[in-house]
Formats: sequence, structure tokens, C-alpha cells
Amino acid sequence: MEIRGRVWKFGDGVNTDLILPGRYLDLTDPEEMAIHVMEGLDQDFPTKVKRGDIIVAGRGFGSGSSREHAALALKHAGISAVIAESIARIFYRNAINVGLPAIECPGITEIVEEGETLEIDLERGIVINPGRGLKLDFRPLPEFLRNILKAGGLVPYIRRRRDGEV
Amino acid sequence: MRLRDVGKTVAEKILSRASGVEARAGDYVEAEVDAALMPDLTALLAFRAMREMGYERVWDPERVIVVLDHSAPASTLRAASIHRELRRLAAAQGFHLYDVGEGVCHQVFAEEGYAKPGMLIIGADSHTCTHGAFGAFATGVGSTDMGAILATGGIWLRVPETIEVKVNGELQGRVSAKDLILHIVGLIGSDGANYKALEFKGETIKALSISSRMTICNMAIEMGAKTGIIEADEKTITYLKGRMSNPKEPVRSDPDAEYLKTIEVDASKLEPQVACPHSVDNVKPVGEVEGEAVDQVVIGSCTNGRLEDLEAAAEILRGRHIHRNVRLLVAPASRKVYMEALRRGVIDILVEAGAIILSPGCGPCFGGHVGLLAPGEVSLSTTNRNFRGRQGSPEAEVYLCSPQTAAASALKGEITDPRGI
Ligand code: SF4
Repeated sequence: MEIRGRVWKFGDGVNTDLILPGRYLDLTDPEEMAIHVMEGLDQDFPTKVKRGDIIVAGRGFGSGSSREHAALALKHAGISAVIAESIARIFYRNAINVGLPAIECPGITEIVEEGETLEIDLERGIVINPGRGLKLDFRPLPEFLRNILKAGGLVPYIRRRRDGEV
Repeated sequence: MRLRDVGKTVAEKILSRASGVEARAGDYVEAEVDAALMPDLTALLAFRAMREMGYERVWDPERVIVVLDHSAPASTLRAASIHRELRRLAAAQGFHLYDVGEGVCHQVFAEEGYAKPGMLIIGADSHTCTHGAFGAFATGVGSTDMGAILATGGIWLRVPETIEVKVNGELQGRVSAKDLILHIVGLIGSDGANYKALEFKGETIKALSISSRMTICNMAIEMGAKTGIIEADEKTITYLKGRMSNPKEPVRSDPDAEYLKTIEVDASKLEPQVACPHSVDNVKPVGEVEGEAVDQVVIGSCTNGRLEDLEAAAEILRGRHIHRNVRLLVAPASRKVYMEALRRGVIDILVEAGAIILSPGCGPCFGGHVGLLAPGEVSLSTTNRNFRGRQGSPEAEVYLCSPQTAAASALKGEITDPRGI
């Protein structure tokens, strides 16, 4: 699975309240959640973000509550991957489970700036900044996590596996 | 790939067994779940995810345990409807359901003997780590994860590295397991153990009762940890006798197991600790916050609502009366705890001292059922989280402490060192 996209860059400690503030927790439609994504950090983010964009962040991305809303909002806003210095545990699970690639890659914030393009190879565990010819390795996602992502998340993955398609 | 063949931690062993592969820290495995635990307010979402996955029935009703505890008895129409739906599902599918009044899910789960050494326990509640007190690997997940477990019995997990926490030295009078774990949370920080397992060991841990060990493991999540584990020993086996149906072999770390790091704590010098607003790792010795006036004192929850906690409070409150400016709310962690406390005269002492006894369950812990705080009010609570808004108004403040400190402070109307009473 290869991902290529334009980068939005954030710092350390982007918690779930900043990704999707608590006042939107009663929303049930992910498209509506997406309208408010990252509002806690940048009011205009939902209008600026384009399908396929990548989020690069510092330490502790997604810490805080166990709300799946945060991962859903990012996915439905079009984000194709989150790649951060470190990612909080429950957010990591929720992201993979809703079909949003989440990658821990120490050093990532040093090889890319906002607006640049990144290429990510999930299978081989490589991220490249082609504009600057920089490359970093990360621990590749294991095959079955990649399969969950390919299926579009845990719900479709299990449904297909049940039907003998995976 | 490892070059050396080193020993394994408890976490690595349990996840190897549950996944059928040689699992090491950092590996991802698909594991089979031994027990799935759900409280009322997240259970229904998990059942919905299960149905979206194309499954109508849970994979194994014997291994699914639902406890109606957060809003018990129901305090809103929404909660009442959730309860009704869960009862209907349990009747139709035959999984275990413990109705309102039986207690907090983690206490009921342990008392009924579901938590056993070597098990993989997954709960739709972040404090599922409590069951590490029995030498199990126990962790909390979100609703989609739980839906997949209900559907298939399986879960994907990253095998965590383990941080070893060695505690030695005797806890001094009126300093309890809660003070110890608050101190450790202060040391490690609220995200200092992210993704990791914590293994608690040493003479002090061995000397703790099962209830106190549950208090310790309960708060592993407050350091970001996936689980907290205490190796099973004779005490664990004694506790489980008569409760357990099919015991698993206790699992222990190999002497040459690899730890990420080791933290050593001397318990003999520990004073009573208080976690100050609004984060659990904002921990101070009680002396630094003494004199702070409190409006409400809460004794209860999956952290500190067990018999030894109520007894510790009663020991301080016996023959005395709480301060007139204070409301003292006591929620026994389970019906069994409540009945034993009644039998031993503990409830008499608490009620005579001015306490209000609530129905067994989560009570005021999460600010969704009873005992809400008004703006500007201060709560001193034996629970596990003091986030802004946790017990009611976002303008209220929550301090966390031991049952001993809670009882002493209820007497004085302000945060008080229990050793001085
Ligand atoms: S007592 Fe509190 S922490 Fe424990 S399960 Fe209930 S709400 Fe959660």
C-alpha cells in the first residue's frame, strides 16, 4: 500500500479534544464530524484540507479520550495517513480500526515541512520526501493490519472475512 | 529479530499463548480473547458494531460478561433504554448479565471469579487493567474493537514492552496501596507508560491484599499503560478457590526477561498522597495541600470501594461525626462488599458518622449518575480520575486520595493527614 500526499504539520501533544472537541461527540455521521476536524488547533483546517493529504505530527498524537470520533473525523476529512513521532495507544487502535493508516516514525518531523509532499510505503516501512531526497525507515505495519486498512477498517474487514473474501 | 534468546515477560507469555505464536515485545499478534467485559454505557455500541460486521450473536456467550454499573439504577431515560436493550439481548443470547445493584463491572468480574492468572481479558472500559492484579493480561478498548471480539472472539494487539516497578519497604500506618500508586503515577507521569505493560513486584506488592493489588493495577491506565500486572501467588490462588471453574497455570516472568526499564520505589518513606486538579499525575504529599476546604468526599469505585477501603474509613470515623459542611458519599463496589460491610457493622459506623450510602456501582466517580458537583465546589475522592468536569461542573475541582485521607478530611471539612487523627 503506497500513499502520496501533501503534508499538514503539527507539533507535540495533539490530543483528541483538539482533533475533535467534546461538544461534537453526540454527532453520529462521520461526514459531519469531518466538518469540525482539528478545529481546536486551526479553525480553517476543515476547509483547507484536501482528499489525500497527510498529517505529520510530534509526540503523543491522539492522546486523551477513547473516542473513535477523532479518527473518524480525520478519515472522513480526507486524510490519507497520520505519521507522527509517537501516537497514543487508543487513538492508534481506533485509527487502524476505522481504516486510517497511523504510523509511528521517530524523526519524521525533521525531514518534512508543511506543504511538501511525502510518499509512504506501508509494506516496506519507508517514508520519502522526494522534494528533498530524504528518506526514513519505520517499523512496517504487519500484514494483517495492512489488510484491515485495505478493507477500509475493522468492520468491513471482519464482514469480508466472514464471507470468505479475505 | 532478536539475536539473543532471552526470557519472556508475563505479557509476552500470555500473548504468545493467546495468539499461538512466539510473541515478543513490538510484535503484532491476533489473539483469542478469554473473557470480554462490558459496562452498560459502552456495551450497546459494541453490539451495534458486531451487527455491522454481519454477526447477530456473540461468539461465545460463556465468555461475555455485561454489568449494568455506570448508571445503576438508571438515572436518565437513555440509560434506562440501554439497560432494557441489554437485558433483552442477554435473555436472547445467553451471555452473563449482572443487573443494576450488583456493583462496578471490575469488582463483579473479579468476585465472580472470571479474572484468572494467565488470561487475556479485554473490556470496553479503560480500567479493565484492574484484572492484572490476578496475573492476567487485561486491557480496555473502544467499541469497534469490542464489536469484533463479540463477533469473532479475536483481537489484534501489539505486544507491549514491560516496565518493571519494584516496590520494597513496609507501608507505614494509614499509608495505603492508593498512596503508593498515586506516588507511582506522579513519578511516571500520565503518559510515561504509553503502550507499555507495567509489572509491579517486590516485597511490598507481595504483602498487599488482593483488594489492594486491584487498586494498584486499576491505575495503570492513568500512566497510559496498556495493562498493569502482578504475578499470581498463593494469595491469588486462595482468593480464586471456590470461584474459579477452569484455572490456568499461573504465568510468571522469566528471571532473564527483558524490561524496558526498572523503577524502584521505597514504600517505607511514603506519606499519604493527593492527586491535585486537574491531572492524575499532579501528585503531592498530603502535607502540601492540607487545609484545602472540601464540599464533598467520595469513597467508592473500582479503585477503592472494597471492604478493606470501607473498613479503613470506618476505623477513622467510628464514634465521630463528619464536618457539617461536608457531604460524605459512600458507594460499595459491589453487593457482596455491601453485605459483608453490613455484617461487620461497618455500614452502621459510616451512617452514624453522617455518610450517605449509595447503591453499589460507579456512583459519583464519572459524574454521570449521582452526586454531581456545582461550579466552584471541591471534591475529595478515592476514585481514579480528576480530569476537569469528571464529577460534574467543569468549574469544580477533584482531588484524589486514599480512603484513610478521605475519612479524616470528611471529619475536618478540609484535606487532612489521616495520621494525625
Ligand atoms: S467506578 Fe469509575 S472508573 Fe471504575 S468503571 Fe465505574 S466509572 Fe469507570
